[in-house]
Amino acid sequence: MSADVELDRMTIRFGGFTAVKDANLRIAAGEFFSFLGPSGCGKTTILRAVSGFQSPTEGRVLIGGKDMAGVGPNRRPTALIFQNLALFPLMKVWENIAFGLEVRGVSRAERRKRADELLELIALSGQGDKLVSELSGGQKQRVAIARALAVNPEVLLLDEPLSALDLKLRQHMRTELRAIQRQVGVTFIYITHDQGEALTMSDRVAVMSAGVIQQVGSGEEVYRTPATAFVASFVGENNALRGRVERVEGGYAVVATEFGPMRGRAGPGLAAGSEGILFVRPEALEPGEAPENAFSAPVLSTEFEGHASHVHLGRAGEGKPIILSLPGGATAPAQGAPFPVRFAADAAVALPEGETAGE
Amino acid sequence: MSEARLKLPNFGGLGASIGTVFTVLTGFWILMMILLPVSYMVDFSFRFDLPPGKIGGPEDVHTLDNYRYLLFGPPGSPERLSIFGWEFQANVLHLVVFFRTILAAIFVTGLNFLICYPVTYFMAQKARGGTARLLAVCLILPFWVNEILRAFAFRILLGGGGVVNEALIGMGLISEPIDFIRADVALYMGLTYAYILLMVFPLYNALESLDRNQIEAARDLGSPSWRIHWRVVMPHAKAGIASGCTMVFMLAVGALAVPQILGGPSNLWFTQVIYDRFNTSLNWPLGAAYAFVLLVTCVVFVLLVMRLFRVDLGEIAK
Repeated sequence: MSADVELDRMTIRFGGFTAVKDANLRIAAGEFFSFLGPSGCGKTTILRAVSGFQSPTEGRVLIGGKDMAGVGPNRRPTALIFQNLALFPLMKVWENIAFGLEVRGVSRAERRKRADELLELIALSGQGDKLVSELSGGQKQRVAIARALAVNPEVLLLDEPLSALDLKLRQHMRTELRAIQRQVGVTFIYITHDQGEALTMSDRVAVMSAGVIQQVGSGEEVYRTPATAFVASFVGENNALRGRVERVEGGYAVVATEFGPMRGRAGPGLAAGSEGILFVRPEALEPGEAPENAFSAPVLSTEFEGHASHVHLGRAGEGKPIILSLPGGATAPAQGAPFPVRFAADAAVALPEGETAGE
Repeated sequence: MSEARLKLPNFGGLGASIGTVFTVLTGFWILMMILLPVSYMVDFSFRFDLPPGKIGGPEDVHTLDNYRYLLFGPPGSPERLSIFGWEFQANVLHLVVFFRTILAAIFVTGLNFLICYPVTYFMAQKARGGTARLLAVCLILPFWVNEILRAFAFRILLGGGGVVNEALIGMGLISEPIDFIRADVALYMGLTYAYILLMVFPLYNALESLDRNQIEAARDLGSPSWRIHWRVVMPHAKAGIASGCTMVFMLAVGALAVPQILGGPSNLWFTQVIYDRFNTSLNWPLGAAYAFVLLVTCVVFVLLVMRLFRVDLGEIAK
């Protein structure tokens, strides 16, 4: 069983600080949904509001269509997986998993049986009598998932559960989490600041910044057609070319950048005469000349990364260098030499000037 | 290694010399302040109460008389105690006081825990920095007032014409003043209050180190508050609870001033009996025997309880 979750014009304030502003979205039953944003963007607050540890200042949280106002975390059909897992160190593995059942008055034999079933699901059969401290990081991770699933939640909430794991394990756990989600069919709401996690696992992603949900869409949507400058700069690498918007027509816009007028798809809310940013992905830039959307800049450095090389091109102002990706086999261009690059208008997107990530 | 070496504690970068100094000092302290005087008293408890001239003389030999006295009273005493129909000569007064003292100390310890646990839990887990500090100060400040003064203050509060009785009569709840002293209410309150801090500090240490996420995780899994405390908080704080309870119990059993001042006329604390052997009857060997029996009983009792709750002695020192 899984339930849909709806945030209905939800705002959460702590004193004068607005942690979440007017969040309004619906997560479908059985969906793998991620909130992606830098730390402090309010994503954990949203999770705590859904789990019931935080009540909204304004607006409502609905789970399965029911308003959750006044319903405590212990009476919601949700289960939360904490960032630090919060397993009970003084209980055995199976007791951890069965704690939610113990609370519900299930008999000991029944609890043990259910715990063993879940241990099988998470590929830890026969490890039930160990102490939590005897498990590895990835195993603890899976026990935390089993403990949450044991109470048959309709919605599973995950607060950056992979952040403590090393890279290899993290990548492995992504696949595993996705597989578990498919198997149990429960709605997953996943919080992360790691875009790789969000994009690979989720059906849909909500990108957040400073308490505001900037865009909701599939991973591909937020990557290819970002709705705001923040999304464009936060999700994946992007080159930002700033300037006045010269004209907007037929879905395309021309921005007067430092390298001259450049054309790209026009994003929402873009008006001629206002300040805008044209975003071009490193992989959309290619060496060569063209009648439009081409410029040249001196090579600052080249980073070889195996499958690709990243070339950094210097620019006149204070701005970050332009980055372009060349296939791994390409020869590194000479440092200091002007390097001509071009891009297709469809591969670039022009958005209104706004907050960008990491600047 | 064939060479047996004394393992010295490591004092950071200060090296073995300072380690040796501190180890020797601690050893000296334990020897001179604890082992020597106590073993002197133990030896004393196995001797006759002789006039000064005969000490060291031929009559100064070891005896179990003092211990016999605690159990059976003076030879030929008519007092009898009957347990399950088995009657025997006994020092009824002292034995009753002895066991009542231990039971009362257990009661005081339990009461102390019941009061301190919620307060400390609030301080350690719920209160924000400022509130927690204010609470701690409020708990500590009263202990700048010395024990005697505090005990007499309780007497004034709870006496026949005391504030509490006046207030209760004023509110029309009672018509006659309650004799809190005779009912030993004052004694239990005074003793509980006297050792509050010894319960609060170890509890606070233990509760404060509990990851709040564990409490939230248990709640999220549907647990009611009592079960969170029973299954998550108390097991985590077990060592702290044991440490606090042990200290409160030991000190309550050994209290003298508070029972002296707040005890009802019918309720003697065993320490008062011991005090009387030393000071009034001037029978030091008997007093030493009584004190030694109390000490051993308490230590054995505490160790048994700790074994029951599976707490290590090392854990409670944390």
